[in-house]
Amino acid sequence: MNLHRLTLTQAIDKLKKKEISHAELYKDVHDAISEKNTELNIYLALDPEAVSKGEKLLNTPLAGVPIAVKDNFLTPGLETTASSNVLKGFMPPYESTVISRLKKSGGVVVGKTNMDAWAHGSSTETSDFGPTKNPRNPEYLPGGSSGGSAAAVAANLCIAAIGSETAGSIRQPAAWCGVVGLKPTYGRTSRYGVVAMASSTDTPGPIGKTVRDCALVFNHIAGHDPYNASTSTDPVPDLTKQLDGGVKGMKIGLCYVDHHALRGTPAADAVITAGKVFEQLGAVVEPVPVSDEVKPKHMLNPDYAIGVYTVVQRGEVSSNLARYDGVRYGGDRGAFGDEAKRRIMLGTFTLSHGYADKYYVRAQQVRSLIIQNFHELFSHYDVLISPTSPGFAQKLGASTQSPMYGELEDMLLEASSVSGLPGINVPCFRDPATNLYIGLNIMGNLWQEAKVIRAAHAYEQATDWNEWAKKS
Amino acid sequence: MYEPVIGLEIHVELKTKSGMFCGCPADHFAKVPNTGTCPVCLGLPGATPVPNKKAVEWTIMLGLALGSTIAEFSKFDRKHYFYPDLPKGYQISQYDQPLCRGGKIETSFGPVRIHRVHLEEDTGKLQHATVNGEKVTLVDFNRSGVPLVEIVTEADIHSAEAAKEFLKKLHQIVRYLGISDADMEKGSMRLEPNISLRKVGETGLPAYKVEVKNINSFRFAERAIKYEIERHARILDTGVNPAQETRGWDEAKNATVSQRTKEEAADYRYFPEPDIPPMRFTKQYIAAIGSTLPELPDVKRMRFEKTYGLHTADAAQLTDTRALADYYEEAVKVAGTMFTPKDVANWIINKKPDIDTVLPAALIASLKDAKATVAVSADDLSGIISTVLAENAKAVADYKAGKQQSAMFLMGLVRRKLPKADTKVILDALKKELDNT
Repeated sequence: MNLHRLTLTQAIDKLKKKEISHAELYKDVHDAISEKNTELNIYLALDPEAVSKGEKLLNTPLAGVPIAVKDNFLTPGLETTASSNVLKGFMPPYESTVISRLKKSGGVVVGKTNMDAWAHGSSTETSDFGPTKNPRNPEYLPGGSSGGSAAAVAANLCIAAIGSETAGSIRQPAAWCGVVGLKPTYGRTSRYGVVAMASSTDTPGPIGKTVRDCALVFNHIAGHDPYNASTSTDPVPDLTKQLDGGVKGMKIGLCYVDHHALRGTPAADAVITAGKVFEQLGAVVEPVPVSDEVKPKHMLNPDYAIGVYTVVQRGEVSSNLARYDGVRYGGDRGAFGDEAKRRIMLGTFTLSHGYADKYYVRAQQVRSLIIQNFHELFSHYDVLISPTSPGFAQKLGASTQSPMYGELEDMLLEASSVSGLPGINVPCFRDPATNLYIGLNIMGNLWQEAKVIRAAHAYEQATDWNEWAKKS
Repeated sequence: MYEPVIGLEIHVELKTKSGMFCGCPADHFAKVPNTGTCPVCLGLPGATPVPNKKAVEWTIMLGLALGSTIAEFSKFDRKHYFYPDLPKGYQISQYDQPLCRGGKIETSFGPVRIHRVHLEEDTGKLQHATVNGEKVTLVDFNRSGVPLVEIVTEADIHSAEAAKEFLKKLHQIVRYLGISDADMEKGSMRLEPNISLRKVGETGLPAYKVEVKNINSFRFAERAIKYEIERHARILDTGVNPAQETRGWDEAKNATVSQRTKEEAADYRYFPEPDIPPMRFTKQYIAAIGSTLPELPDVKRMRFEKTYGLHTADAAQLTDTRALADYYEEAVKVAGTMFTPKDVANWIINKKPDIDTVLPAALIASLKDAKATVAVSADDLSGIISTVLAENAKAVADYKAGKQQSAMFLMGLVRRKLPKADTKVILDALKKELDNT
């Protein structure tokens, strides 16, 4: 019946109308998993009781649909490893807030998805349990760190998925897998019960087949959490009500396409074309030139953000991983992979006495400049658009060629991430030769997910790049 | 020839209901190990801390009581080191922007300035045990995440006695504020003196410093400081500086022992705690906390001297705790015009009533009874006692042999001759006489 190909919105609708049963839906999803998981290596763990859990949830908003969850979310009853041997066998004694809310709204955790170990990377190759392959073309990487969740959506091995982003970890794999990924404003979704990577930027968010699906999942996971001091007490907008707002009159800044690494690339061309689509839809699109200094109506060179993010994130990583000292968890420190070891060493160095001022403190100062830069830009523009990643998915093994691989893949997302801004990836080009995608990144000001969703939905409906878009 | 230069670091556990960053009970003393824990204080993956508002308020309150400047902007920082009782590999503490800076406590040796007061979390506790014949170290996380205030003084202290007086005054203030039991035996107040010596006449800080860790009584603090002063003097006499190091007080040896030298000093890699947004306090907020401050010991003592005409020593004794001071003032009220506040003070100081069980009214009633008894001159009493003792040699011998009841027997005989005298007065005089014969 191919029910696994349904969007979240369709699946809920059909379940509620009793056009399909949970048994039928889960059978198709599980059959697809049986068929493809060995090759693609998407799921690390599956809940055998998912279908019976779903059946009891028909009268909930999410009606008991199967959702894939990145393995850094703590899920009692399902092993949680963050794809690291250090946590192999760890059965969490408590549940992450995002998962509790998802379940309360009627989502069912169908399984845990592969990721870069500790979310360190943009390839899912640093997983201690083997790389995930891109369902669009298995010779290629899915991106990361939420590569398993993005691939699960792309391969229809779930109806929707949960990922987390520190700087690109939702949007970049969504771009490479040709799906939609929403990174909410930092502090909009709770980090309680999510294995910490860089605490000052970690943000849980949905990965889905359509903008509508992401908006719906967002509605059910976002909001203040008394267990997470970073979460905002502001009311959460109902994003599904924003979908049809359109972009008429919106001012949109076109960013990064003039950067030397992008000029003339398929990614830049696709996004320039997307700008034209927005103009046709009634928006005003203006180029925002890259600049080496903070200037009005200019975007600071992303090189700065790479430096800032690398220093801040490594420092926080070295701190957040200190608890895995071999006293309490299964694997001792020898079980850390090379990428984690590199980050721990670099972070320890940059926080060391005598160096902290030179690196960490300086990085935070530049971070303030970046935030100031966005603040100024959002006084002119409603949203900013750019390529999500500088290019198409890279081939398996690419991440092992350079320790800065991830930072270069995420260079267009890091500035907005260190500023806490929300953003979304929507597919904006497909290369028929490789079946690989380019993603459009739409960024909004703090707490302005509504505008991001409006622009994303309008674009998705006006183009044919998203294979599921017209279904809902 | 040398002048000691001493600064103090004091840790005080706050008696809030819940932990510094979680909902676990802050009261951890003598509980079954690892029963008062949660993902946050165990440092489990993904657990995030939420600061305890009461603990922040109480720290500000302590700062106000010490005359500190309260920060309008403050934050928490991570302090990194590896130890099995520290489940996250870092302690959430405060680095460069503590809640309170400055302030002082007056002592009879001069003022001791406060450098800073900050808030942090306590660690777990290691227990060394033998399980199935194997020597093991167990970790109890009940104490992990209990709110802990650290008070750091300037190096304004120059003797062990001055240090002890300062510590007692700080202890008293903390108890007055009701923010901690500050019970040394339970470890809810822990003392760390930093000691060095300089030649008399010099003013700068000496080139070295020795820290003595985790002392749990005023007496040990005094002894440890004295011990260190003598040790440093001996070393300095040979022309070298004592090693910069951390030492511990060994109760059994009655000496300090080396624990860690400077070469092993940790680099804590402080950075702002990214899990907790920075804190901003308005002047009104700080003022509102200030308005809840109770009358502090020194002020109360001076008021007692002035209002009730008491000597400094008596006023100090009666203001030792807030409960005793309140008791005294209640008793003065009950006494009305019957007795002077001074009479009431003397009665409390001499009688040492159990203020938890004897109501002020009952105390005044007993004072009334006592005053009704005829005052006996010391000479009369002493004469009668001598006679009774001479006539009852056997009872005296029995008492000397350890038979306590004999004293009561002898008192009965004295009392027969002085029926209206106060029993306690007789007994005191009798025992004194017995002990002298």
